[in-house]
Amino acid sequence: MDRVPILRIGDVLLVSIQVDLQDQSVLALQEDLAEQITATGAHGVIIDISGVEIVDSFIGRMFATIASTSRLFDADTVVVGMRPAVAITLVELGLTLGKVRTALDLEKGLVILRRSAAERLVSDGLDESDEHDEAVRADS
Amino acid sequence: MNTTTADRDELPIAGDDDVVRVRQLVRTFAVKAKLSLVDQTKLVTAASELARNTLNYGGGGVAAVELVSNGRRPGIRAVFTDEGPGIPNIDLALTDGWTSGSGLGLGMSGARRLVDEFEVETTVGRGTTVSIVKWAR
Repeated sequence: MDRVPILRIGDVLLVSIQVDLQDQSVLALQEDLAEQITATGAHGVIIDISGVEIVDSFIGRMFATIASTSRLFDADTVVVGMRPAVAITLVELGLTLGKVRTALDLEKGLVILRRSAAERLVSDGLDESDEHDEAVRADS
Repeated sequence: MNTTTADRDELPIAGDDDVVRVRQLVRTFAVKAKLSLVDQTKLVTAASELARNTLNYGGGGVAAVELVSNGRRPGIRAVFTDEGPGIPNIDLALTDGWTSGSGLGLGMSGARRLVDEFEVETTVGRGTTVSIVKWAR
């Protein structure tokens, strides 16, 4: 069974699928990613499928599962590099990919993750100031 | 019974890696029949769904792939045969979203949409044969 390598760049995990995946590898990747996210505290996952020739319902479901799982660990997932023929086929197959975010290429995927990281910082900032306000109120 | 000619080939489906092999075999034939890239992708995706069904629901079986012609256009026929439990209600099995297992219920119905011809023969307790054809445009 091929195991798909997971690379880390800053707080982003990058998965580039370059082989024709068998179902066991798909399941292993889901588990490996969950472990890596918790181990590294990564806030983003990019799945590059520019080397993938077909996405069937099993592989498509993996994207949705990975996205939901990462969400539980406060990480966003972006699927990048889908080939046109794959996209057309997916639609006809009836697979919507649910709430999985997609981007044309790796670069645009990184932009999406950077943007949501920035939003995260802003909202974290707000949370802290709320706590601070409460602390002040508690003092007075 | 393992006939291998240039125009026909078959593979056993007994494990996960066989599903990948079936995809690759169907791809090779689709290229031979000069299917467009989109049609190749559709056919291989359909074959992947059906090979997985053969494995997961039929308990394994055989995939046979052959080059065919209708006189005007070349095409590819792929036949998936198992000796599993059969499908009690084929209409249900071909309904989007219905699944007897843990899948999404898109395998059969989705595969049917991706090809030009789709036939199922099934007998409860005996097995299932699904045959698909995709013609070159």
